[in-house]
Amino acid sequence: MNTATVSGSPMELLPALGTAIMGYAVVFLGIVMLMFVIIITGKIMTARKQPAAAPAPAIEKPASAPKALPAPGSAGQVKLFDVPDKEAAMIMAIVANKMGKPLNELRFKSIKEITEEEK
Amino acid sequence: MDILGTLKGLASDSGFGLFFAEGGWKYLIMIAVACVLLYLGIHKKFEPLLLVGIAFGCLLTNLPGAGLYSPELWDAFLDPTNPAYHSFGTIMTHGGLLDILYIGVKAGVYPCLIFIGVGAMTDFGPLIANPKTFLLGAAAQFGVFFAFFGAILLGFTGNQAAAIGIIGGADGPTAILTATLLAPELLGAIAIAAYSYMALIPMIQPPIMKALTTEKERSVVMTQLRDVSKTEKILFPIITSSFIILLLPSTAPLIGSLMFGNLLKETGVTERLSDTAQNALMNIVTLFLGISVGATTVATRFLTLQTLGIVLLGLIAFSFSTVGGLLVGKLMYKLSGGKINPLIGSAGVSAVPMAARVSQMEGQKANPKNFLLMHAMGPNVAGVIGSAIAAGFLIKFFG
Repeated sequence: MNTATVSGSPMELLPALGTAIMGYAVVFLGIVMLMFVIIITGKIMTARKQPAAAPAPAIEKPASAPKALPAPGSAGQVKLFDVPDKEAAMIMAIVANKMGKPLNELRFKSIKEITEEEK
Repeated sequence: MDILGTLKGLASDSGFGLFFAEGGWKYLIMIAVACVLLYLGIHKKFEPLLLVGIAFGCLLTNLPGAGLYSPELWDAFLDPTNPAYHSFGTIMTHGGLLDILYIGVKAGVYPCLIFIGVGAMTDFGPLIANPKTFLLGAAAQFGVFFAFFGAILLGFTGNQAAAIGIIGGADGPTAILTATLLAPELLGAIAIAAYSYMALIPMIQPPIMKALTTEKERSVVMTQLRDVSKTEKILFPIITSSFIILLLPSTAPLIGSLMFGNLLKETGVTERLSDTAQNALMNIVTLFLGISVGATTVATRFLTLQTLGIVLLGLIAFSFSTVGGLLVGKLMYKLSGGKINPLIGSAGVSAVPMAARVSQMEGQKANPKNFLLMHAMGPNVAGVIGSAIAAGFLIKFFG
């Protein structure tokens, strides 16, 4: 090779194999440890969210009572919470498209915008 | 006045004249290589944002007499016995335009700035929602260490083998930083191989995916991911950067930059900074990085059998990284009772979001109702972290 500098020095096969195995193990070790940290954080966050979310269904139950009425299609049956009609129509069309089913075979109960606070 | 002599002097000193000097033909070959790379970047759209810059840098540096990049200056920079050892002042005084731009690569600044932009553009939500997919990001670093060993077999030094192996991480900035620190003489070939293969992922991965998975495995529909709260997304870069850097301090430049960029995105109060990192900063640095990396492909240094070896090892690295991800994906499929589609394993090779798109496409071919994209984004972004850890290990070991 016509370079003035060659970085490093030649390496024997056995130490190279050891380095490769150790390197792969270090990557796994680091990632597995991080995975557990993220799982634990997720569990803490979910546990904190649940008590706050618990009272919500109790408030919403009376409002959902009329939903017991039969609804053959989505038209006219869906309850909208802070969602304009046009956006609701778009959301229903997208859901139907993604599920690969005609819109009249799907039943939408309600569409509600989830605010940052509710997340 | 010797008019004929003056004309002869002009002709022999011109760049055209230098093509006919000893070894001048090599420049013509490199100009042809630059044109091929330009064609691939512009017409075939192979990672054009970087490949066009690299190709044009390759063209400029191989125009004899232009003096935009001087490899001898960088040899002196790396030679402890030379008075110009580690002297950026010498480069600034005697270097050409591309030498000066290359200082950002040599100092490891550009790859890290790009990582800030990458972090600002990355949504770690799918990974936080399903942290088990971290394992696929680790598994898909198999090619890095396989190619490292292969490079040793081919006679490369330890440093060079480490820099070549990291091509398997399928992460351009990581490959450039590792090559700059461990084997700067191979930077041009490594960068070109890394970005070319990243662009070729839709061609490299599908045959391997089909060979290693069954139709039944490929058609598994995965359940929807849980919602990830804003607080979790803000905590993720803080926890990840602290944890990984404490574990392996040599990952600090890459992981620190990546997570800083992501924090800017997720806080919601630094939108201007996030926007700058994603667009203006990323574009400016990409521009400098591409052209200065391309400048290192000087004919006298690039046209060697070693370059062919690097291109071959790069392909091996990419392929075996895909294999590693898929095999662990298959293991997770078995252990989960068939709930995890092993195709998302191949997305662990980083190359965001191209590898995740390939998983999505192959999944849909097996089952048109399959939407694997968000599931594949988890291992895909885990691959970025995995390749940074692999690079950190190799830099620590050989640096």
